[in-house]
Amino acid sequence: MEIAVTNLTKTFGSLRANDGLSLRFASGKIHGVLGENGAGKSTLMKLVSGFLQPDAGQLAFDGQPVRLRGPGDALQAGVGMVHQDPLDVPGFTALENLLCAAPRRAFPSRAMARTTLTTMAQRLGFTLAPDTPVGAMTVGQRQQLEIVRLLACGARTLILDEPTTGITAAQAHALFDALRQLAADGNTVLFVSHKLDEVAALCDTVSVLRTGQLVGEQLPMPQPQQRLLELMFGERIVQASGQALLLAGVSVSEPQGLPVVQPIQDERSSEASPTRPLVWQLEQVTAREGMVRLRNVDLRIPQGRVIGLAGLDGSGQQILLRLLAGRLHPDSGRILINGVDMTRARTRTYREAGIEYLPADRMRDGIVGALSLTDHFALLQPAGITVDRQVAAQAAREAIAAYEIKATPITPLIALSGGNQQRAMLALVPDACRGLACEQPTRGLDVASAQGIWQRLQARCATGCSVVFASADLDELMAYSDEILVFFAGEMSAPLPRATLTGARLAELIGGVGFERSAS
Amino acid sequence: MNQLAIDLGAVLAAAAPLIFATMGALLSERSGVINLSLDGTIMLGAMGGFTVALVTNSVPLGFGGAALIGAAIALILCILSLTLGQSQTAVGFVLALLGIELSSFLGAPVVRVPGPSVPFLPIPLLADLPIVGVVFFRHNLLIYLSFLLVPFIWWMLFHTRMGLTVRALGERPAAAFARGVPVTRMRYLMCILGGALVGIAGAAYSLDLRQGWSYRHTFGMGWIALAIVIFGGWRPWRVAFGCYLFAALEIVALRSQRTMAGVPTQVFQVAPFVLMILVLALVNLVSSPQALRRIASLPPTLRGPVAMLVSRLAVAAPAALGQRFERP
Repeated sequence: MEIAVTNLTKTFGSLRANDGLSLRFASGKIHGVLGENGAGKSTLMKLVSGFLQPDAGQLAFDGQPVRLRGPGDALQAGVGMVHQDPLDVPGFTALENLLCAAPRRAFPSRAMARTTLTTMAQRLGFTLAPDTPVGAMTVGQRQQLEIVRLLACGARTLILDEPTTGITAAQAHALFDALRQLAADGNTVLFVSHKLDEVAALCDTVSVLRTGQLVGEQLPMPQPQQRLLELMFGERIVQASGQALLLAGVSVSEPQGLPVVQPIQDERSSEASPTRPLVWQLEQVTAREGMVRLRNVDLRIPQGRVIGLAGLDGSGQQILLRLLAGRLHPDSGRILINGVDMTRARTRTYREAGIEYLPADRMRDGIVGALSLTDHFALLQPAGITVDRQVAAQAAREAIAAYEIKATPITPLIALSGGNQQRAMLALVPDACRGLACEQPTRGLDVASAQGIWQRLQARCATGCSVVFASADLDELMAYSDEILVFFAGEMSAPLPRATLTGARLAELIGGVGFERSAS
Repeated sequence: MNQLAIDLGAVLAAAAPLIFATMGALLSERSGVINLSLDGTIMLGAMGGFTVALVTNSVPLGFGGAALIGAAIALILCILSLTLGQSQTAVGFVLALLGIELSSFLGAPVVRVPGPSVPFLPIPLLADLPIVGVVFFRHNLLIYLSFLLVPFIWWMLFHTRMGLTVRALGERPAAAFARGVPVTRMRYLMCILGGALVGIAGAAYSLDLRQGWSYRHTFGMGWIALAIVIFGGWRPWRVAFGCYLFAALEIVALRSQRTMAGVPTQVFQVAPFVLMILVLALVNLVSSPQALRRIASLPPTLRGPVAMLVSRLAVAAPAALGQRFERP
């Protein structure tokens, strides 16, 4: 199925998310769509799949002009989209999800739907059980279910928006194989990503968007990475030097193995750590949260170190972070902060000792969306009856300048972009902070914002603050950690110095290959 | 034994209006719309249904009128909340107050006027069965319909494509939208159908269980119906169980009033409500995170069964309940 867009325009307020795009996707091929965050990739895909309606311009499927009133129309015409967070119903089983509001001709009966699900899953190499509740599935499986559903409902063009975020390497492999098979069967696949290596591994052609405009149209793959980077980021990449290039180099790693990055803080890592005072000291700590349990953890983190926590989501790294931040009390064992026993202390005591926590879900656990930066600084003031708004506003102005936050002191934080929210959260961490526990500090940020966050974090390390962070991004772990702790099914490895690791080795460890629990 | 059968029959009959009201609320809430106007709707339905039946001397027309009144109030709620984006809670609450006062005002001419009622209709042969006949088959058409309504709603929600769509609307409207469902239109439909059932519940009081009309004739039943839907975890069978439990408590209170003359009558009038609150609180306590942590620390042999019991008792509300859906 051939998809053609002509002069497509979509604006949100003053933002031109798609600005006169004209583009043609040939059938039977896998088309990559590249661009950094906010380049307009998702908007374009939502226009093609009927989720959004264009302000101007036309869509044509197989040469026929179409007007889509909603995603239902698009699916009827044969275009289906798998969203980054798959749009399914958590309370339903896989089978119910398939049947929900599906056209009657797709599944004449429940039994037929069951057969369709199992046969299609088998053909595409997916692992789906019809009676599993969607809420109990991994993101990867939910994606697979959506693909099966869309195909069964008659989709001949599949759009995937950042499909590899949040899924395991094995699932990504299965997904890529399935997509290649679908393309070979004559389907069209549009693959939206900002990861160059994935596009290189999978796509036949690639189109690049930048600030809502098409800057590279249907380039045949393979393309030199440097050229794609230039298209994605414009001149910035040319100006960039030192660390920026390093970062860009990290983000475009080869699919067969991640390069070992030059250590940034050689002189720091070579220092003998035992001589430095310890920020955190865990002795035989056992803790449980939900179904995951960490047992007999011994850990010593001296000042000024960056410790990366690697592992699949829910392997225990969140528990460790929450233990370190005092948000979770251990069932047994001792936690010492700066040498003081704080095993059962309250969160407030932890903060008074200079321990701060940056949660992954900014809007839920991190900041109050409706309040401004000034309000947040006012909240940090010592307890009393009144707040000093002038002092708070001054602090907010300083933070905005120092952290390059694109906001005024009185903008509600919910109106900020993800990168700005993250910088704001970091700005709220007091200078006296001795230990910072971050959960996915750069989640959802583009390369430039992520780099900005890390510059700030490293600046704090230089003053003796220790950073412990969990990340799903191997490149990030390899680029910034002094030592990496790998988590696998509630077990924690010994601290592995980065120099002894390669990206490929780390990926294996996360998958449990050659994983060894730290001796305790 | 025979007295017990008669009492059981009375419980089944007394619960009929609650069944209609809760099933109506259930339909609406399963599609994601919370209709807080229940108490006012029941009251207006009772008053309107009785007046229509009195004027036309036709009980079916009375029920029809009550259903229309319920549907109209639900329509107002839908327009204000789904289309104009006002808070469902605020609009529903105001509609409840409005319905209560309006029924007193408009119903003044028919207060304590004798009127028609649903005719007694024992089912031939079945009614003569020992015990079972007394409990189930010596009622009127309305009560029989209330018996059928619960399995029908259950079947509709859990065994039809329509039901899947309705539940998806309440759980994740964005997912329904992605599948081509006209979200707002479907929610209108479910809320209005539900409202009609609630209106019928009102007429069930004025034309059958508490025949006639008086000031604040059905006061409080709407709130109880809303509570029962929550207590029943939005599951038709459990909600029905809640209705029968409440009706039974009412009957017990009525009986005790006679045997315990020393206790003020208000105690018995209030007792069922207090007991309902206690049950609700218990259910929610059992399903709280602290309780779950306690369960996790139980010995393994106990943990399994207790966890299963709790997960059965504790049911989360439809995830998108009360939230407005805006298409992207």
